[in-house]
Parts: sequence; C-alpha cells; structure tokens
Amino acid sequence: MLSRVADSLYWMSRYLERAENTIRQLDVTMSLLLDTSETTAEMRWDRLLISLGNPTNVTWNGDAEAMARMLVFDGTVPASVTTCINAARENARQVREEISTEQWQRLNRLYHQMHSPHAQAQFGANMNDFLASVVDGIHLFKGVSDTTMIHGEGWQFIRLGRYLERAYATATLLEVYQERLLDLPEREHSGYQYLELVGLLRCCTSFEAYCQVYTADLSPDKILEFLLLNRDFPHALRYSIDGVRQSLDAIQRTGGRRPPEELLASAGKLHAMLRYTTIDEILEGNPGAFLHTIREHCQDIHDLLYRYYVQYSIQSALAV
Amino acid sequence: MSGTVPSHSGEPLPDASAGSGNERAAAKSEAPEQAKPLEVEFDLGTRDQDDGRTLDVDRMFRDYLLDGAYDEMRMPDGSIRPHYKALMETLTSLPHEELQRRKQSADLSFLTQGITFTVYGRDEGTERIFPYDLLPRLISASEWDLIERGLTQRIAALNHFLRDVYGEAKILKDGVVPRELVYSCKHYRRQMCGLEVPRGVYVAVAGTDLLRLRTGEYVVLEDNLRVPSGVSYMLTNRRVMKRTFPQLFHSYGVKPIEHYPQLLLNTLRSLAPEGRPEPNIVLLTPGVYNSAYFEHTYLARQMGIDLVEGRDLVTHDNVVYMRTTDGLKRVDVIYRRVDDDFSDPLVFRRDSSLGCVGLFNAYRAGNVTVTNAFGTGLADDKAMYAYVPDIIKYYLGEDAIINNVKTYLLTDPKSRQHVLANLDKLVVKAVGESGGYGMLIGPHSTKAQQEEFARAIEANPRNYIAQPTLDFSRAPCLFGSEIEPRHVDLRPYILFGDRAHIVPGGLTRVALEKGSLVVNSSQGGGSKDTWVLE
Repeated sequence: MLSRVADSLYWMSRYLERAENTIRQLDVTMSLLLDTSETTAEMRWDRLLISLGNPTNVTWNGDAEAMARMLVFDGTVPASVTTCINAARENARQVREEISTEQWQRLNRLYHQMHSPHAQAQFGANMNDFLASVVDGIHLFKGVSDTTMIHGEGWQFIRLGRYLERAYATATLLEVYQERLLDLPEREHSGYQYLELVGLLRCCTSFEAYCQVYTADLSPDKILEFLLLNRDFPHALRYSIDGVRQSLDAIQRTGGRRPPEELLASAGKLHAMLRYTTIDEILEGNPGAFLHTIREHCQDIHDLLYRYYVQYSIQSALAV
Repeated sequence: MSGTVPSHSGEPLPDASAGSGNERAAAKSEAPEQAKPLEVEFDLGTRDQDDGRTLDVDRMFRDYLLDGAYDEMRMPDGSIRPHYKALMETLTSLPHEELQRRKQSADLSFLTQGITFTVYGRDEGTERIFPYDLLPRLISASEWDLIERGLTQRIAALNHFLRDVYGEAKILKDGVVPRELVYSCKHYRRQMCGLEVPRGVYVAVAGTDLLRLRTGEYVVLEDNLRVPSGVSYMLTNRRVMKRTFPQLFHSYGVKPIEHYPQLLLNTLRSLAPEGRPEPNIVLLTPGVYNSAYFEHTYLARQMGIDLVEGRDLVTHDNVVYMRTTDGLKRVDVIYRRVDDDFSDPLVFRRDSSLGCVGLFNAYRAGNVTVTNAFGTGLADDKAMYAYVPDIIKYYLGEDAIINNVKTYLLTDPKSRQHVLANLDKLVVKAVGESGGYGMLIGPHSTKAQQEEFARAIEANPRNYIAQPTLDFSRAPCLFGSEIEPRHVDLRPYILFGDRAHIVPGGLTRVALEKGSLVVNSSQGGGSKDTWVLE
C-alpha cells in the first residue's frame, strides 16, 4: 500500500477519534458546571483544556457557552470538533478511492452537519442533542468502516489510528485528573464527589461498563484500575494498546513490512506495563509518572510508525 | 508547499477545460436559428396510424428542428433512418411514466456509482451527476469501419511523425513540414531529441474529436495526443444504458466496449522496459484537485493498478520507486495524466510540485516507460494539424481516410489576408490553447473583438489558425417526453501498443442547451452512450 494512502487513512481515523473525545469531555464539563461544587468553573475549564492538549489560542473567559461554542465550531482551534472533522474529511478525500462509498457518505454528511447554516442554532437550542447527533455520526462512520471495507492493510491503519489516539487521550485525561482524584479524603463521598467521579468515567463512556464490573461503588482506585488495566473494555488503556499491537502484526500480514524491533519493543513494553502491573503497585509508586510514561510510549510508537512506514529515508529503504 | 499547483493540468477533457468547446460554435450565418421545423410525416414502419399513439408521436417531435445540419436520426425529408427505427419504436411504445421511471433509475445509477462532480464548499448538493442524455447515438457498422480505418491510419502516421521529428527529421529535410513550425511549437520538447522511446511508440493513448458535416461525412476536428480524458464517462454511460434499455440494447447487437481497461492495461504492459516481465504499472495523477480525478481513480481501480501522485515517487540511480508501507517498490510503467510541464521540475517547469524529481532522467535511461511520451503535443498543435494529411501521405503513401476541416495557416500571407478580410465569418483559434480560450467565433463576435484578434494575428501569425464555421450534426435527445435534436461530436479512444486498438464507439458529447453548439459539460454540455452496431 502506498505510504501516502496509509498516512491519510491513519490520520482520518485519529481525527475522528479526537473529535469524539472533545465532544465527550466538553459534554461532561458542561453538565458538571450545572452543579455547584467546590470546584470552580475556571478550574474545570483549565482541566478540560489541558486534557485536550492545551490549544494555544484558548483561555477561560468566564462564558461557558461561548467557550463551548468555540470548542465545537471554531476551525482555528486545534482540537475543536470542526477542526477535527474537517481534517478527517480532507484526509479521506485524498484517498477517496481507497475507502468505501458508505464511509465517504457518512463522513461527508458529518462535515455538512457541522457546516450547515442551522448548526449554530441547533447547538444553541439544545447542545446535548446536537453533540449527541455528531457522536452518532462518528459511530456510524466507524460502523460502516468495519462492515464495508476490506479488513486489509488500510483498515489496519485506520484501527491503528483509532486506538493510538484513544490511548493517548485517555492517558492524558487520567494524568490531568489523577492528582485531585487520589487526593480525595478517605471519607464517604459527598454527592458532589460522586458526580465528579461519574464525570471522569463518562469522559471515557465507561460509567455503565464500570458498574458492571465493580457495581456502583465508585472509588478512585478502582476507576483508575478499570480505565488503565481492564482487558475487555474498549476505552481502557490496556485494550487500546492491545488493539495497536494487533494492528501492527496484521499490517505485516496484509502487505506491509515487518515492524522494526524498536516499534515492537515500544508497543510490547507498553503492553507489559498494563498487563503485569497491579493497581496497588501503581498507587504505591508515582501514578503521575506512570501515566506520563504511557504517553511517551504512545508518542514513540507514532514516531516510529512514521519513520518506518511513511517518511522513511530513501537510503534506509534501499539498504534493505 | 514550495511550488505552484496549477488548478488543472490542462487536460483536454469533457468538463472544465475541454479543448474544443466554443470552437464548435458554428452557427451558419445564412440560416437563422429560428428556422421553422419542417412539417413532415414520418414513417415508423408498419404501425397503425389510428391506434392513438400517433398523437404522442406528434407531440414528441413537436420541436424537432430539421434544417441544413446533418441529422443522425432523420433524413432531410423527415423519415427515420433505418438504423434508428427500432429505437424510435421503443420510445413511442413506452408510456411517458415508464420513460420517466427509467430516467430516474438511470440518474440514481449514476449517483450510486459515484459518477458525479463533487461541488466543494457548498452546504448542500455536494454531488451532482454528470449530465447525460438517455438516448443512445447509433453508428452503423459501415460508418464505424471507416472511422476505425481512418483513425488507425492517423495514429500510425502521427507516431511515425513524432519518431522522425525527434530522430532524423527526414520530413523536415524533405520540406513536407516546415521546420519553423516544429521549432516554434510550444509543445516541442528538445529534451526528446535523439531519445529512443520503447517500441517507438510516442502516443499510446489518443482521443480524436470527430464531427459530421452536412453531407454526413466525418471529419477530424482535432487530435488529443497529450493526456486525453473522458473515457470513464464512455464506460459508465454504457453500464447505465444497458440497465436502462436492456432489451433494446440486446436487439440492436451493440459491439462491446467494456474491455477498454484491459486493453489499456495490455497496451501499457506491452511498453514496459526490457527485462521487466512482471512490470509494476501505475497511473500518475496530479491529485484530487484535478477535474479529471474521478477518471483517474476509476481507471486505476478498473485496471487494478496503483494511483500515485508525484509525491509518492522517488528516483535513485535513474530508477523510479514508489513509497509503500512495504518499502520502496520499483515502478516500470507510468500511465501519465500529468502534463509535460508539470512532470519533472528538474527538466520542465521548476515550480511544479506535481511531478517527480528525476523522472525524465530515469525515462532517458530506459528504466521506466512514461506514456504518453513527452513532447507529443507537437503533433496535436492546431497549426500542425493542417499538415496531418501530408504527414499521412509522406509516411504511409496513402490518402487520409478521414479528412481534416479546412484550416488556414496565418503564416501564409495570402491566407492571412483572406482571413483578416473575413473575420466575421470564420473561427480563429490560438494554436497552443485549449478549453475554448484564445478563440474568436466570427459570427458571434463584436467588431471590437475582431479588431483585437486582427492585431494579435498581425503581431504573431504563427500563434493562430482559422477555420470555417461548421454546421455539425445533431442527434435526438430526450427532454421530458419530447425529443429534440442537439449538436453532437464524437471522441473515440485509440490505444496504440503493438498495434492500434479502438473500442467501438467513444464519447459522444452533446450540447444539451437549445441552439447551443458548445459541448463542454461546464457550459451545458453532456454526453450520450454511443452504440456501434454489428
């Protein structure tokens, strides 16, 4: 497969995952703002912005509605929903012949939904509904991607993009939240604290899944354990990293070359960290540093992917 | 990005930049457009005139204009030509609703096959279907035989010509074609001199535009020897028409065209460098912003080859590679849909970012075949066109089977004088332009425009040619439940590898707007399926 094509598919997928992440976090933040709590709006927005990668030209201005609008519609703000969907569509358009008509149509529809003259009004009338319909559109896209595309190399790059983006976003989110989360006093949670924890879970669409495993007994330790180490939940870090590893293997099987040792090592180490470390060990050590390491490994994997599959030097390729 | 990206690569093609749009604007000055339709009875064979359908037929042909131009379906007296009878019978026997239903299902078929123009930057209606007409254009076997022989002769002679001009230049020494015409041509590529191209084939893919004069005679309007396009519309039209009129199609015994991609692939394969038995063939596109991008993706998919852009290619030691996730993969044959100018910034335009650095040297070294070859534009220059009959005679010793349109070369003082005196009656074209640019249509022009052209011609006579305004043929088109004639041309696609292959038919372009002579899709033109009968 052409490197350019793999690159476009990979980024198309990452951008959609990113759009979804922005929507979920924004949605949770906006709903938490409704409850009065000891956490100020400013603190919440700071946290939100940091976990979205700290877009440079955005700072809390005291107007939550305007801030939300910016994160959804402002095409100049890096992680905004519009920016991500535009970028995803542009990537898809470059490789229109490599994706299915259904995929293209879903993505196109999503794009036009964001750019419709009614979008702003719909958003103003009911933000939750609007955001939910965008997320629906993204889910539909993922669904048709899985059902209408050959599960060959291109699909593996899409999957790789999805899981790597998700792993990175989840690690960032937890890194931002963990300090305050673990500092919560050991007493029974007040209603506000409960809401806070539910919010964190909802940022990863994991509240219901958590309850199935741990019941509604929310505790920071268990939440961290669930979001980091669960094997079966798609938004858990371990699951995402397993997805990354599977795709790397599959790429070699479906036409690409064997991933280099460094890349396998980086993914393997990450897997081992999440597979064989217990939550107690993490908590006894330095959870912040642990999460930071995960992020670094994700970044490494991305860099190596690029260096090996997309932007390799001619000399290195000829030497093989 | 460092270089400039042209908005399109200048391909003569059915939409935006077609090479021969207005130039068909050829309203005869003597016959007013509003000439009354002839009141005629027509003969639909053995049908009973009293079965109530005659009324429909009358209405169907209410606005059917018959005047001097050749009508593909009807004789001057209004009767239906024999090979169109079955089509007419089908049409008149179908209830109006049924016809509309078929039209809708054909529309849908175009839409779902993705044969659409994508209109970007709009909030809705992003995808528009390519305009087409539901009625096929029919060509009889004997007509086709002539066209096929004529085009085969032409492509062979033009390849001879290019090989000669870039080689020994005998035709110039013999004074058949003037040297200055060659060396002043904007598409002449001195880099090609003395270079042997694989199998001596310069033009492997050509699209030649034919018109039909009042007498019914086919003439060549122009050759497209650089990067002709539109073949994807020919193929998709056929697919849709087979579904729309299956029985009619079957009963006519239409010659197939569906194997075009395979023939193209075989042609490309036959031109691979020596010693590459399993050549890696790719299609080089300028990218998504090119107006023919749909066609590029379509052909690549139909042939099962990779669609590459310049940035996918690298050269090393005069070998071209493409970057894949499995490392660099050697490229053997490039079906090039990028203009000469933008193909290699080292040799051609330096500000191009569409091409591949070092491509020309790899080509020169014989490590990769690029087709069509560079510099083929020399032979489709509008002034060179006037010499094609002489070129055919010179290399093949034969007379041209299909004639040219009469062309005045303005470098000749006598012709120039005649043209300048008759600017209001003639069509003047700039030789190197396409897409209807740099053109004067005498009967439709103002005095000021004529004066402007007169000055331009005086300043640089080599840059212009003149032709009489042509009254080219019309074919029936369906509008609602009525049938009206519209002007059509024909672009057959010629492949030339070990020998010439022409799939029977081609792209019939049609000026869908009433009274219009412009077949460009950007200006109300569309296309029709073309059925060559057994």
